[in-house]
Amino acid sequence: MDRRSILKITATLTAAAAATLAFPRMVFAAYNQKAFKNPKVEDSLNELFGGNASTPSGDIKLKAPDIAENGAVVPIEISTSMKVDKIAFMVKENPNPLAIVADIPAGTEPMVKTRVRMGKTTQVTAVVSSDGKLYTASKEVKVTIGGCGG
Amino acid sequence: MSSIRIKAKERNGSVDVKTLMKHNMETGLRKKKDGSKIPEHWITDVTAESGGKVVFVAAFNTSISKDPYLAFKFAGKKGDSLTISWKDNKGKTDSAETIVK
Repeated sequence: MDRRSILKITATLTAAAAATLAFPRMVFAAYNQKAFKNPKVEDSLNELFGGNASTPSGDIKLKAPDIAENGAVVPIEISTSMKVDKIAFMVKENPNPLAIVADIPAGTEPMVKTRVRMGKTTQVTAVVSSDGKLYTASKEVKVTIGGCGG
Repeated sequence: MSSIRIKAKERNGSVDVKTLMKHNMETGLRKKKDGSKIPEHWITDVTAESGGKVVFVAAFNTSISKDPYLAFKFAGKKGDSLTISWKDNKGKTDSAETIVK
């Protein structure tokens, strides 16, 4: 290797290092198009977790209103005493049931709270993956006015 | 001004984070007056980092309400920095930083 090519490599490396420093690191969950834009609950679970066999569990707390007056804003909360790595939430009869997937790294509590849209009265389900297995908790939410637009 | 508002409070070693992001979250199902559909435009990914470590990651569908609200808890202490960023399906991103109280 001659001096010129060494200089070239050094310059490239320096530029690369500068670029890394200049832009703050942004890490995002791989938004999974196949899982999210999917009308079937089972297929979404397959895409997300590589399987859809799940067991209902009493250790998952799913907080959602019994009656949602406004389907555009339905507050939900999912928490569990299990050690989980992912929490997902589904609204069964929405055009695309899967609403949110949260990654829970070590040190973060298995809890997530947000607001979702619901098209009509249907079952909502929280799915958590713990130790490679899926556990669920479901609840029926009555919707007075749907919130999916149309 | 950032589109993100964050509140982060520590209690017993656990940081309670509440955040609101300003975003239309267009579902792609709504129609304009002339009957044409308004194209979907929504936040797909949200990431929270504290002290160079990712503490929470979420992926959203269009079924998350307009101006998304998100709350979670992670192990941390007062004075820690917390950065929350989002990205939407058109590739737009925004982020905001706060100090844990």
